[in-house]
Amino acid sequence: MTTVIETIVGKTTRNELAAPETAPITAPYEKVSAARAQDRFTSLDLINSIFRGFVEMHGDRCYGDDKAVVAGIAYLADTPITVIGIEKGHTIRERTMRNFGSAHPEGYRKALRQMKLAEKFGRPVICFVDTSGAYCGIGAEERGQGQAIAENLMEMMTLKVPVISVILGEGGSGGALALAVADEVWMLENSIYSVISPEGCASILWRDHTKAREASVCLKLTAEDLLKLKIIDRIILEGATMIEELQSQLMATVEAYRVLTPDDLTERRYQRFRNNG
Amino acid sequence: MRFKKPKNPLEGQGKSTTHSARHTRGSASVRSEEMISASTISCDRCKKILSSDELDSTKYICPYCRHHFQINARQRIYMITDSTTFIETDGDLIPHNILNFPGYEEKLEAARLRSAEPDSVVCGTCEIGGIKAALFVMEPFFMMGSMGSVTGEKITRTFERALVANMPVVGFTVSGGARMQEGMVSLMQMAKTSGAVKRHSDDGHLFICVLTNPTTGGVTASFAMEADIIIAEPHALIGFAGPRVIEQTIRKKLPAGFQRAEFQLEHGFVDNIVDRAQHKKYIAQLLQMHRREKA
Repeated sequence: MTTVIETIVGKTTRNELAAPETAPITAPYEKVSAARAQDRFTSLDLINSIFRGFVEMHGDRCYGDDKAVVAGIAYLADTPITVIGIEKGHTIRERTMRNFGSAHPEGYRKALRQMKLAEKFGRPVICFVDTSGAYCGIGAEERGQGQAIAENLMEMMTLKVPVISVILGEGGSGGALALAVADEVWMLENSIYSVISPEGCASILWRDHTKAREASVCLKLTAEDLLKLKIIDRIILEGATMIEELQSQLMATVEAYRVLTPDDLTERRYQRFRNNG
Repeated sequence: MRFKKPKNPLEGQGKSTTHSARHTRGSASVRSEEMISASTISCDRCKKILSSDELDSTKYICPYCRHHFQINARQRIYMITDSTTFIETDGDLIPHNILNFPGYEEKLEAARLRSAEPDSVVCGTCEIGGIKAALFVMEPFFMMGSMGSVTGEKITRTFERALVANMPVVGFTVSGGARMQEGMVSLMQMAKTSGAVKRHSDDGHLFICVLTNPTTGGVTASFAMEADIIIAEPHALIGFAGPRVIEQTIRKKLPAGFQRAEFQLEHGFVDNIVDRAQHKKYIAQLLQMHRREKA
C-alpha cells in the first residue's frame, strides 16, 4: 500500500482504526456526537484499509479540483473499483483544506466524472459519505450547487455498473444523497443520515438550536431507524472486525450485482427508490 | 376573468383568503405583505397601491414595477391551460405523519386550511395551445411548497404517466425544499423524482420547468434543475441554500440580486426569464417546436 494519499493522511493501520470495545451507543444524539467526533476515521482511512493500490484522480474538467471529495481507482481483492469519498480530514490543517467535508459543485461533478469513467470501463462504484452537507457559500451557488446535485441524482439512477454507498459518519441531506443513489446504501453503526442537521431542525421547531438533542430523536436519523424505514439496506457494526466485515460484504455485494444485466440493475435501483414513501 | 382562490368549505366566514407570506418566515422568500382578497393591495416592491381587480387582469403582476405576486396553484393552472382541458390526477393522496413528528398534524391542518389543497403540488393533464401535456404545479400556500412523500409521489407519477402516454411535462416549482417533518423519507423524494425525470427524458420526451419565487433546497437540487428547458419568473429567488443560511455560514451580507433569476441567467443555469403574462404563449410555442409526429 504505497499511495500518495497515505503519505498525506498517513499511518492509519487496521489496528488503529478499530475502535476500543465499549458499550454500544444507543441515544440518537450520542450517535450524532459520535458521527461528528474529530478522532473518527474518515473516508480516506476506510479507503486505504479496505482497498489496495488506491490511485487518486483529480478535477471535474470544468472548474477545479474540490479537495472535499476524493476519487480514484483501487483494488478490492482483485477487482478494480471506482472509489469516491467525501473527506473531512483529521488535523485542523487537513480539515481546512478539505473544507470540513463540505463539497462545492465541482466536487459533485468530479464524482460524476469518475462514475461515468467507471461505467465506460465496467467498474463497480463504491462511495463513502461523510459530510454535514453540501457547502453553503457564494461560489457554490454561483457554480450551481443545486444543479450539480440534481445531475448526480439523475445520472446515478441509470449508471450501468453496480453502485454501493456507505454512510460512515455524517450523511447531511442533499449533499450526502448526491453520492448515495445506489443499489445498496449501508450505514455504519454510529453514523447518521438526515434531511436537516438536528441544530437546524431545533431552531426551526423551537427557535432554539441548543435543543438538538430533542430534535435528533424526532428526525429518525440513526441507522436502526433508517433500516426500519427501508431507507438503508444494511448496518455495519463498528469495532475490531469492521474493516474485515466491510471488505467481505462489499466483495459479496459487488459480485451479486455484477451478474445482473444493465437493464435489470437500473430497473432494480429505480424500484428501490420508487418504493420510498 | 377571475383568478380567485377556490373557496374552502373548512374556512370560517371571518377567515379571509389573505395571502400574506407568513409561511416564508425562515425560508428563502422575501417577506411580502400583500392582501390579495382585500380591495386594495400595496405592491411589495414599489409600494404603489393597486386594486385587486386591476391585479386580476394583469395576472398578479404589478403594472408599475412588474413585480410578480405569489399566486396559488389553481390560479396558475387557470392561466396556463386551455380552458376546461385540465384533468387533475392523484388529488386524493393525503400526507400522513409517518415519523410521528411533533406538531406535524397541526401543520398539515393549517396548511390545508390556508391553501385548500391536500398537499403542496397539483398534478394532472391538460392542453396548452392545443397540445396535450402533463402538468404539475407546486402550491406556495401549502407549507411553502415543501416536498414531502406525497409531493414526490405525485410528481413521480406525473412523469411515469407522461412516459406511457408519450406526453411532455410542464412543471411550475415553488418550494422551500424537502419537508423536515418527514425526515429522510422526504429526502428520498429527490432521488425518486430524479429517477422518473430521467426515464421520461431517456425516452425522448420534453420537460419544461418554470421556476417561480422561491425555488430552493431539495427541489432545486432535483427535478427543478433537471428540465430540458428551464424558465424563470423575473426576480424569482432560485438557489440551493437559502440566503439566510449562506449569510450565517459565511458571516457576510450577500450582494443585492444574489440568487435571483437574473443572477441564474447570467451564471448559465436558466434558459430564459419570461414574464408571467407571456408564459402560456411561450410554453405553447416550445411545445409546438417539440411536437413529435403521430405514430
